[in-house]
Amino acid sequence: MRRRTFVGGASAALLAAPAVLAQKKYDEGASDTEIKLGNTNPYSGPASAYAAIGKTIDAYFKAVNDAGGVNGRKIKFISLDDGYVPSKTVEMVRQMVEGDKIFALFQSLGTPCNTAIHKYMNQKKVPQLYVATGASKWGDPKNFPWTMGFQPDYHTEAIIYAKHALANAKDPKIGVLHQNDDYGRDYLDGLKQGLGKDVNKIVKIVTFEATDPTVDSQIIQLKDSGANIFMNFSGPKAAAQGIRKAADLNWKPAHYLNNVSVSVAAVMKPAGFDNAQGVITASYLMDATDKQWADNAEMKAWSAWMDKHMPGANKADANHVYGYAVSALMTETLKRCGDNLTRANLMKQAAGFQKYRVPLLLPGILVNTSPTDFYPIQAVQLQRFKGETWELFGEIMHAEST
Amino acid sequence: MPPFPKKWLIVLLVLGFGIPLLNPLMPDVVSSYRLFLVSTMIIAAIAVLGLNLLTGFNGQISLGHGAFYAVGAYAAAILMDQYDVPYYATLPIAAVICFVVGYLFGQPALKLEGHYLALATFALALSVPQILKYKWLEGITGGVQGIVLSKPEPPFGLPLSEDQWLYYYCFIVMVILFWISHNILNSRSGRAMMAIRDYPIAADTMGINLRLYKTVTFGISAAITGIAGALSASAIAFVAPDSFNIFLSIKFLIGLVVGGIGSLAGCVVGGIFYVLVDNSAQALSTFIKNDLGLQFDLSAYTVFGILLIALMYMMPMGIVGGVYAAMRSLRRGSKGPAPSERPAVAASKPAASRQGH
Repeated sequence: MRRRTFVGGASAALLAAPAVLAQKKYDEGASDTEIKLGNTNPYSGPASAYAAIGKTIDAYFKAVNDAGGVNGRKIKFISLDDGYVPSKTVEMVRQMVEGDKIFALFQSLGTPCNTAIHKYMNQKKVPQLYVATGASKWGDPKNFPWTMGFQPDYHTEAIIYAKHALANAKDPKIGVLHQNDDYGRDYLDGLKQGLGKDVNKIVKIVTFEATDPTVDSQIIQLKDSGANIFMNFSGPKAAAQGIRKAADLNWKPAHYLNNVSVSVAAVMKPAGFDNAQGVITASYLMDATDKQWADNAEMKAWSAWMDKHMPGANKADANHVYGYAVSALMTETLKRCGDNLTRANLMKQAAGFQKYRVPLLLPGILVNTSPTDFYPIQAVQLQRFKGETWELFGEIMHAEST
Repeated sequence: MPPFPKKWLIVLLVLGFGIPLLNPLMPDVVSSYRLFLVSTMIIAAIAVLGLNLLTGFNGQISLGHGAFYAVGAYAAAILMDQYDVPYYATLPIAAVICFVVGYLFGQPALKLEGHYLALATFALALSVPQILKYKWLEGITGGVQGIVLSKPEPPFGLPLSEDQWLYYYCFIVMVILFWISHNILNSRSGRAMMAIRDYPIAADTMGINLRLYKTVTFGISAAITGIAGALSASAIAFVAPDSFNIFLSIKFLIGLVVGGIGSLAGCVVGGIFYVLVDNSAQALSTFIKNDLGLQFDLSAYTVFGILLIALMYMMPMGIVGGVYAAMRSLRRGSKGPAPSERPAVAASKPAASRQGH
């Protein structure tokens, strides 16, 4: 019996073997033994807090290689420092594409940096996969078929806030605070789209520069406008100031805070836990400091992985969670390419995820892509700040902003 | 410093024009990426040239030339993006704009000397990215998002690739600018500039209009650096405020000091040095960590710093100054002291040695 299965299995393998051999196809940067992936990250300069992402990805691929690689091929991860300077990104990426001959660029970080190479990558037809920015322009397969985002875009997130606010407030009057750049404006556009015909419910929009020392006067203006819903689209520092100032003024609107500023350590604590009660935000990744995930299998696996492969790293830094999740998705994409390691096939596989579960995403959030949908994660769950931590509530919310 | 030997100059020019043509024949050695890299070196050399005119030949220290570079880049980008000006026509316009900006900045700079001027220009460099993001200007500068441009196409149907043409474009501009600078420096005005650097009071007594010369030099210097910025807008095909941070200005100064203050050849060496080190510092730091087994996580800037300190010890006059000094001592070593040569060296030396403030 055993023998027969063996024979059967062997002959099946023999039959399949020529087909597999015939299918082995490679583009530049991939071979029988190796797949070269390129990356840029700000290891130096003012944005170097993000460097944790690059380091996590590097550690992840090293662990994958130690375990035998992807379909027997090792991943060679070349990550260069661009210091968050777009002109430098161009130099570094050209060096990798034309010099090192990478198979694909993965997780290059920063909206301006990716903008600088957007056209170039698509002219060269080299995949620019799962970029580390939440701008909405990365999901444009018609004009840029070689570029794909990863995280929920700011636009989608704002639509979700708009829908929730409309559904839950009586006589909504919305006041908006947003950083005066493309990131802030992406949120504002999404909010307006989400409100639809109720766009006139926005009673006041105030902006600030990322370099402004405080946002006090903006918060006073919002309070005076009589708004009862506060859309707070600001980075960590301004977000904390806004939360504190609103409480000082005894202004108690329904407070929506963007996902960029969910960090308990960097935002909620400096703002004061008492002031931050009831603030609502959207999230798609598990928070390593959140005790409710302490027994979660994925979180435990991640924690053990961190201890083994990145000893000494600060586990409260959400960038490690992010880097781990996105590397898992990339590894799966490469695995699905099989022996057909062409750039076209890589994009095809990246655009072919259906309800795929990436570790450390919130339970219920799945990756979905298609040839016309280049936004892998588009679902978030709302959470409310209670006590000293976030508390998830409601259902997973989906918004297809494409 | 002695003038650059003419026959070498011709050899270098011929090589500079000839080698890129080998690109289709030897795509691996003369690769498109390397041509692009050399183009960025040329642009850096032009920027350092602008700074050298001001700091090396006129004695005014600037830590803010990244600002003029940014103004040049944005002037070119806005002209191309909004007014459909062809890329080559943006250079003179960017130069004029930067000249005016530099000239105006030169007025208050008159009252500041040495370190105070360095601080004032430092403030300028810090403020430019913020000004570019300012909402009133956003309509034309594109704010944080910047402006995406297209690369220059080879003219007259020349059978060149984009990178080849970009190289020639930059190379020709560089040759013209160095030729102009060389002529300025060897004219009455050039000698006046250097006289102001060496002994301002004496220069004033001799009837040189300090005010005029200092402000005009500031203008010319800004214009040349602005041209480099305009070239970079074409080369990178994208401008954004983040490209023009304070490190850019500091890199120009590093290029200047390393190449050789007060030397035209030093500008080229400085430009090559800073692009090369900037691009390979990270590779060097990983090499030290992985292959030499040192357990230090050296950042690219640390490597940059160590290289600089080492260079300053070995060649305090910059690479070009160091090479000249080495050549002199070699000649002296082989022929014994040449008494006829020494006064000539001493006479040309103040140009190189007195700017160390």
